[in-house]
Amino acid sequence: MNRRSLVSFGVLVLGVAVLLTATIAAQVPAPLAKPKAAVKAAPPPTSKPYTPPKTPDGQPDLQGFWTNSTYVPLERPQGVTKEFYTPPEAEAAMKAAAAREAEQTEPGTTADVHYDFSQFGLDRSQSTIAASLRTSLIVDPPDGKMPPVNAKGQKRAGERAAARKAAGGQYDSVQNMPIGSRCIIMGGAGPPMMNAGYNANYQIVQSPGYVMILTEMIHDVRIIPLDNRPQAAQELRQWVGLSRGRWEGNTLVVETTNFNGKNAFRGASENIKVTERFTRISDDMIDYKFTVEDPETWDRTWTAEAPLAKTDGPIFEFACHETNYGISNILAGARAEEKQKAEQAKKGSN
Amino acid sequence: MRNRFFIRVTLAAITACLALAVALVNAQAPAYRAPRAPDGKPNLSGIWQAINTANYDIEPHSAAPSPVLELGASGAIPAGLGVVEGGALPYRPEALTKRNENRANRLKLDPEVKCYLPGVPRAVYQSFPFQIIQSQKHIMMIHEYAGAVRTVYMADQVEAPADSWMGWSNGRWEGETLVVDTKGFNDLSWFDRSGNFHSDALHVVERFTARSADTLNYEATIEDPKVFTRPFKITMPLYRRVEPNAQILEFRCVEFVEDLLYGHLRKQPSQ
Repeated sequence: MNRRSLVSFGVLVLGVAVLLTATIAAQVPAPLAKPKAAVKAAPPPTSKPYTPPKTPDGQPDLQGFWTNSTYVPLERPQGVTKEFYTPPEAEAAMKAAAAREAEQTEPGTTADVHYDFSQFGLDRSQSTIAASLRTSLIVDPPDGKMPPVNAKGQKRAGERAAARKAAGGQYDSVQNMPIGSRCIIMGGAGPPMMNAGYNANYQIVQSPGYVMILTEMIHDVRIIPLDNRPQAAQELRQWVGLSRGRWEGNTLVVETTNFNGKNAFRGASENIKVTERFTRISDDMIDYKFTVEDPETWDRTWTAEAPLAKTDGPIFEFACHETNYGISNILAGARAEEKQKAEQAKKGSN
Repeated sequence: MRNRFFIRVTLAAITACLALAVALVNAQAPAYRAPRAPDGKPNLSGIWQAINTANYDIEPHSAAPSPVLELGASGAIPAGLGVVEGGALPYRPEALTKRNENRANRLKLDPEVKCYLPGVPRAVYQSFPFQIIQSQKHIMMIHEYAGAVRTVYMADQVEAPADSWMGWSNGRWEGETLVVDTKGFNDLSWFDRSGNFHSDALHVVERFTARSADTLNYEATIEDPKVFTRPFKITMPLYRRVEPNAQILEFRCVEFVEDLLYGHLRKQPSQ
């Protein structure tokens, strides 16, 4: 997210976040935010293979509360050529990323900052971090960057940009505003599941035949059937697609298609296929990889790794839409500004 | 002598038969025993749905025209026998006045119209399915409407840490029955489309019991001293969605209500 969009997005959700957090903070004696980032990392590859616990029905047990909060960017930063940092380099990269985040959100550092991001436990540095020495989440292509967008993908990107332009300014109508601000869907829900910046928390519950993943952001739930049922008809499309799962040894493999294209992942088409692989590699870590396949956008597949680290529950209700005063206030503000400008123009011409 | 003995034996036999018959009738048909989950508890997993008109009005009600003229018969309100034990809700007088105001302004005030979270117990009997995902520690209830979700804490139970739309649910097993005790509600959800409402003092105790392979008995005892003079109970069966490919689909309704909620703030072409 660039600075401006992060700030405007943050301003929007602030009302909700402040209300929720303030209410919770007022009533819970123990502090919810940890004072310091608890860094959890994968064990060194030399340790002996981990055997995950099993659920009573014999599935590898992924249950519990997890976070994919990380400072590792999706794509490898300019100038970095290696796949892994050394531990001191990783720490320095994390500190630099945390500082950039703070600069955008601490009062006095940037002219248009309205609140202190860290005050409400919203910044990453206060929660568990699923740490990694990787320089990018993308592991394939080996250069850590998304493959180039092909001609079809570029054409669609142009069409989407033209459609947005034709629809008018961002604050002309609610439909022109970002879907996260509208409380339709936010980062993190996926698939693929990527760190949402804050509240990057998940709860996994398993019962025979199903794996359920609750995303904290807007209480989004994925119910993944494991019974090898066929995919639904192409006509049935969803924001989050339709997922089908299976166990391959200790790895949960989830394939998702039937997206509606309205929440296009990195410019993908609605015919994108996402394949996720969840493998518990220690008591505290789930290795999470996803592969993206969309010949209408990229000529090759690409794969990223965004591990899930064990964190503390419970997950609180994120009722986003119900108190979304931001939308009304922003639209009303834009209309008032237009009115004011029109009146000034009128005065000027008199 | 012989006759008298015969009569006596016959009478005794008849009496014994009658006693046995009475005993058989009195003894409840043996309660249904649900299949077991892997942890030995009754397995209530599945996709469930109410088939009744409680979401229109939990009290007994006649059929009525659609509140939206254009929808005609397709939007009309089907009649219902009611799901409240004893029929009418025991409102405090001032609360009944508020209910009637709610009812008169339901299109404007019903949280369901705005795609707000449905609360409890309404989520259970909206005209949408919900899925129970049952593990030992957590039982999830995931509703198709608005993606509403409840975690029922079976092991790591705490008091409701904050008020919320769906409340805070702690659960326990009582024999064949899953008992879910929910508190910590805000005062913003309704029980139905007819303005029946509650305060933040709402306390709901639900009992889910399998009554056959594909049906559950559902009852909820509702207590809210700020709104009602006494606790009351609602009961209904829930039915399993038995289609082999049944699944909870997306009803992400925020998008469907944006013009209703924010349309008046849209930029006008003339401006």
